Amino acid sequence: MSDYNFAYLDEQTKRMIRRAILKGLAIPGYQVPFASREMPMPYGWGTGGVQVSAAVLTPEDRFKVIDQGADDTTNAVSIRRFFEKTAGVAVTEATTEASVIQTRHRIPELPLREDQILVYQVPIPEPLRFLEPSEVETRKMHSLEEYGLMHVKLYEDISQHGAIATAYAYPVKVEGRYVMDPSPIPKFDNPKLEMAGIQLFGAGREQRIYAVPPYTQVVSLDFDDYPFEPTKADHACDLCGATESYLDELIMDDAGGRMFMCSDTDYCGARRAAGHLGAQGAPLAEDAA
Amino acid sequence: MTPLLQVEGIAKMYGARIGCTDVSFDLFPGEVMGVVGESGSGKSTLLNCLAGHLQPDAGAVCFDTRAEGLRDTVTMSEPERRMLSRTDWAFVHQHARDGLRMNVSAGGNVGERLMAVNARHYGEIRDKAIDWLGRVEISADRIDDRPTAFSGGMQQRLQIARNLVTGPRLVFMDEPTGGLDVSVQARLLDLLRGLVREMGLSAIIVTHDLAVVRLLADRLMVMKDGHVIESGLTDQVLDDPQHAYTQLLVSSVLQV
Repeated sequence: MSDYNFAYLDEQTKRMIRRAILKGLAIPGYQVPFASREMPMPYGWGTGGVQVSAAVLTPEDRFKVIDQGADDTTNAVSIRRFFEKTAGVAVTEATTEASVIQTRHRIPELPLREDQILVYQVPIPEPLRFLEPSEVETRKMHSLEEYGLMHVKLYEDISQHGAIATAYAYPVKVEGRYVMDPSPIPKFDNPKLEMAGIQLFGAGREQRIYAVPPYTQVVSLDFDDYPFEPTKADHACDLCGATESYLDELIMDDAGGRMFMCSDTDYCGARRAAGHLGAQGAPLAEDAA
Repeated sequence: MTPLLQVEGIAKMYGARIGCTDVSFDLFPGEVMGVVGESGSGKSTLLNCLAGHLQPDAGAVCFDTRAEGLRDTVTMSEPERRMLSRTDWAFVHQHARDGLRMNVSAGGNVGERLMAVNARHYGEIRDKAIDWLGRVEISADRIDDRPTAFSGGMQQRLQIARNLVTGPRLVFMDEPTGGLDVSVQARLLDLLRGLVREMGLSAIIVTHDLAVVRLLADRLMVMKDGHVIESGLTDQVLDDPQHAYTQLLVSSVLQV
């Protein structure tokens, strides 16, 4: 640990990132450009999120990393170890115990508190990108609040699929002003974007940071006659029996066998530890997987 | 009667070369103005200056806005100008693919301007799109096809529908029939003439095709080397050209 500055980045870089974060918090949903550094991991693995986490971590923090809801996948384990090694901070898998949570593609099922920070890894921060390739033009559209194009995307969804088929990275309008890409979280998580914790978004390759302060209004875009609907698999978790959580579908064999389970492993584990049991769930102690 | 558009001394230079200079005219509601001239005569430069795509070096373009009467669009703020260009103005490009979103369905293309002015009801947007596709003679079952699947003439008609759906009062057209074969041109002109009359549109049409202005335009401006050399009623200019260049232009039209 002594070979690295606290949390890997040098102090000047962290100050630069904190300035971008503060500006992002001051203008909710606005994409603040920042001088993204090379990190010891490839782009697409969370370089933006890692830089934001490095800038906000203090030695007293307790750090948690989620990848698609799980604490035990490669990406989550690597980033957690990275900060264990370079910052020496305490880590946890429990949502309630963590003070900084870095996440990829999910918001934890349990509501966050005011003393918690949620850091998102963002691949493409610009919600208008696939409709308007020019960065000059999209910036102008943001500054002049010309967001008609975003609804063209939703219109196309309905005309092709009969419903708004966008299931993740569902565009939202923050505090009645900026349209924002909430990173590729399922639209099931969109209502949770209005929360007590601070939400920071970091895009390393695209060099953008944006933020949603606590208790900020976040509205998912929709049509009057096709309102926004958060969706999930119509099932209960087969392990813990939860009916309100976002589920992963797992193919068990090539004979059509499958099971649904919470994508948030901590939430599922805590429920099973408390004695909840799903249709295919074994009691926690006997669970070998 | 107040003019819809009042143009005073518009000039645009490209370095030391003249794009267009000293162009002044009034356009009244319901009037269609043609601008003709050879390639490089400054027609498109003029049109782009009027439509706010280019910043003119001198002059004023005053538009009769709904709220505040005559306003100079050159000096108004960019948000106001962009608002005008998606509500009261329309711009028909020569190449349909410049004016359409090629990766969005025909219905989405027509609906975009509606959604840009805060239409948020899918059913109403779609009904309006179907109505407009009908008006430009595109059958309703093509609404979910992309413009890439359309012929050149259909793309051009789709572009017109997309522009007229918000009920603009002034339409800028840059060679609207360029690149289309003659029978398609004839149908498009017929359609345009009908729409212009029916909606009481004012229009400025830039073209090098004298037949187009003969059919559509009430008045005509002839440009050469960035200057307006002759203007007047269309029939008057075409039947009794005064300037030597206009005479050359009129006599150059091929007779079949």
